[in-house]
Amino acid sequence: MRLLDYLLGQNRKSSANHAKDRLQILLAHERSQSKAPDYLPKMRQEILEVISRYVDIDEENLQISLDADNGYEVLELNLILPDAKRGA
Amino acid sequence: MARVIVVTSGKGGVGKTTTSASVSAGLAARGHKVAVIDFDVGLRNLDLIMGCERRVVYDFVNVVQGEATIKQALIKDKKTPNLYVLAASQTRDKDALTQEGVERVIDELKADGFDFIICDSPAGIEKGAQLALYFADEAIIVTNPEVSSVRDSDRILGILQAKSRRAELGEAVKEHLVLTRYNPARVEAGEMLAMNDVVELLSVDLLGVVPESQDVLQASNAGTPVILQEGTDASEAYKDIVARFLGEEKPQRFLTVEHKSLFRKLFGK
Repeated sequence: MRLLDYLLGQNRKSSANHAKDRLQILLAHERSQSKAPDYLPKMRQEILEVISRYVDIDEENLQISLDADNGYEVLELNLILPDAKRGA
Repeated sequence: MARVIVVTSGKGGVGKTTTSASVSAGLAARGHKVAVIDFDVGLRNLDLIMGCERRVVYDFVNVVQGEATIKQALIKDKKTPNLYVLAASQTRDKDALTQEGVERVIDELKADGFDFIICDSPAGIEKGAQLALYFADEAIIVTNPEVSSVRDSDRILGILQAKSRRAELGEAVKEHLVLTRYNPARVEAGEMLAMNDVVELLSVDLLGVVPESQDVLQASNAGTPVILQEGTDASEAYKDIVARFLGEEKPQRFLTVEHKSLFRKLFGK
């Protein structure tokens, strides 16, 4: 049986490998989340409110991230505006 | 100078108290003066694992609230000289521990000449767990080779690096990984995360691996730290862990299945 498992196991991923892959993705995501300051979600909400007073935007289209780079903290704000017609 | 060590994991049931008891007993057996504190207020268990449950008169909360002195509350271990247990309170509310109170107890233990102060953390990331790790100089992270345990350990590492006193002062808490309930046969079969995988995922230095063993349950039944169960794998594993913790070089053991069949020797990887 072992030999059979061994031969068949070559192209089928073991459950331990599956666990490792899932954890790699999850931990990377959670680490980046936990470093973000607590005020970020609320600030995102408030920025959205202000922008949506002027532009009809989709909530999903605003991305905010905070990165540390060369000793500076960079707040990056990414917003996809809708087609020009409905805007101004 | 006394070293304050937190034994923590995030997840419950992975072996924090077993590790606290064995590491404390192992350090004391080597001649160091050791105090081990149960931070799990409301769910006291270290006393049971250490076998001193019938000798608890005053507890940690009594000392924090000034109802007893530290000398009254410390229980001298009967099996190992130089080892003292401070039991958690069983009845009081979780807010009974305060940061100032815990600091006072730790400072008193340092002044009393203790070499090691081991803080056995409760599971979770609530106040008790945060207080247990706050004053730590070093941390022993107890992890099982299992997804939820690894994830929770990563969370606790994040808290150590952000919310401990050392982190607030811009210093690092030295982290050590203890991988418990390791089953080399299942690792070989691809059913369990391997030691290297867990070390890589958490990026923490490995202190040692404790193999899954019947002896751990038997030791807890008897109220003896498993390190004192001479001749067992778990005892040997914890002795190695204590030696490495004290800076000795010891090769890792218990990573492979011991008795390989001839067939596996010929055809195995």
